[in-house]
Amino acid sequence: MFIPCDRGGGSAAPDFKGFTLLMPAVSVGNVGQLAIDLVISTLDMTKVGYFYTDCLVPMVGNNPYATAEENSVELSINAEVYSLPSKKLVVLQIRSPFIKNKYRPFCETLLSWVKSSKCARVVLLSSSHAYQRDDEQLLGTPLRYLLTPDLEKAVGGHMKELNWKEMEKVAAYPGINDTDKVLHIPGGGITKLLFTESCSEGIQMAVLLKFCSEGDNIPDAFVLVNYLNEWLQLIKSEVSTSNNSSDPSSQWKIPSSWRLLFGNGLPPALF
Amino acid sequence: MATFFGEVVVAPSRAGLDEEEEAREETPEDREIRREIEKKRFQQRGEIREREIQVLWSCAEESLVCSRFIVAIGRNAAAFLSSFILDSVCWEVIGVVKLWNEWCRTSSSTNVLPTDSFCLFYRLISDPTVLLCQCSCYVAEDQQFQWLEKVFGSMQKKGLQVTILSTCPVADYKTQESTLTLVSPFLKALKTKEFQEQVCCPLLEQPNIVRDLPAA
Repeated sequence: MFIPCDRGGGSAAPDFKGFTLLMPAVSVGNVGQLAIDLVISTLDMTKVGYFYTDCLVPMVGNNPYATAEENSVELSINAEVYSLPSKKLVVLQIRSPFIKNKYRPFCETLLSWVKSSKCARVVLLSSSHAYQRDDEQLLGTPLRYLLTPDLEKAVGGHMKELNWKEMEKVAAYPGINDTDKVLHIPGGGITKLLFTESCSEGIQMAVLLKFCSEGDNIPDAFVLVNYLNEWLQLIKSEVSTSNNSSDPSSQWKIPSSWRLLFGNGLPPALF
Repeated sequence: MATFFGEVVVAPSRAGLDEEEEAREETPEDREIRREIEKKRFQQRGEIREREIQVLWSCAEESLVCSRFIVAIGRNAAAFLSSFILDSVCWEVIGVVKLWNEWCRTSSSTNVLPTDSFCLFYRLISDPTVLLCQCSCYVAEDQQFQWLEKVFGSMQKKGLQVTILSTCPVADYKTQESTLTLVSPFLKALKTKEFQEQVCCPLLEQPNIVRDLPAA
């Protein structure tokens, strides 16, 4: 599944042992994917390979993180892997939707790759339909987290210190029986499947998600990536001297491919 | 999401989510029913299994040696090849793709009209390592990978150079100005870093992308 980039000089395949794998779920508003774009763009991560898979709709384009003419001509496809060894971080970016009936095969192949490359843990960025929140979820923070039992032991305490809110379970049969609770992540794509599989396979996985709706999801991506940063500290959040609050939003670099998200310029003849 | 008239509808997600797939888990009974339906369709059709693609070659060799492969995807590109490149003197038909999806069906016949949906392979008689493909049928998402594996799987690649021709509506092109003022048609290209030759037109700028079979 994973094909390393040929960096020349006969270099061996990259080693991800002990790394944190950061990846998005293709979910409502594409928030996870937008957040990953911000991480790759800001940390100027190097592409180390891609996934050769029939589970995603094919697409190709030129380098979405191009900053100049010289680096704009590298081809980019639907599932690519970037790495930053100094932070022991490997990032998978997914750029197209899943093909029908391919959720499960993709999850299985992905998790077996995680195990074979000996990644220490997986962090999944996702989102869920805001309109499906219950009364209590409508109040307070729209951000939630989930930890597999193996990761709970390692970092569960840290989440409590950060005052994070765990994703609530909902009644399996609402109105009939309120005692059976299940995890329900509407609009989350492969999130629930990947999480439940990781629980049963003993993989350390964290899910960070935001309740949102379709629309301009750029602010949602910033909120999610700042949430991630509270834990992983990927970039330093500078304290602003003027109002003494820390607002790391301005330190994330928007990639050049985010231009024209809502259409082209207008024809002057319209006016 | 509530609409203006008050009814609640499920908003389609841009992320292409298939909620049904996520919620439904197949029971053994479902699997059995699905298997029976597929078996029946297979029997009725008497041909290929519904979503499977068949690549039929008319030449006897097990694998074709190929140094240049030109693929024209879509009716416009296929018509371009028919008008300017293909003729019965220099090119011979050597293969056909048989497939079915909700949008089109192709047959194993090589005698096609320009208005048919077809996917044919040609070989240059004077240099049999030069292959050409005209694919005017739509290859569905879940068949694109199969097409790729079956077609390229039949080839012995010898310094292979692949050229893909396709068209997109100008309205899909993302640019700062309005597409109304753009001079069209215009050419854009994408190339791999292994392609060292000169490209005859500007490269496709972000945020534009290519999808479907040309992307695959």
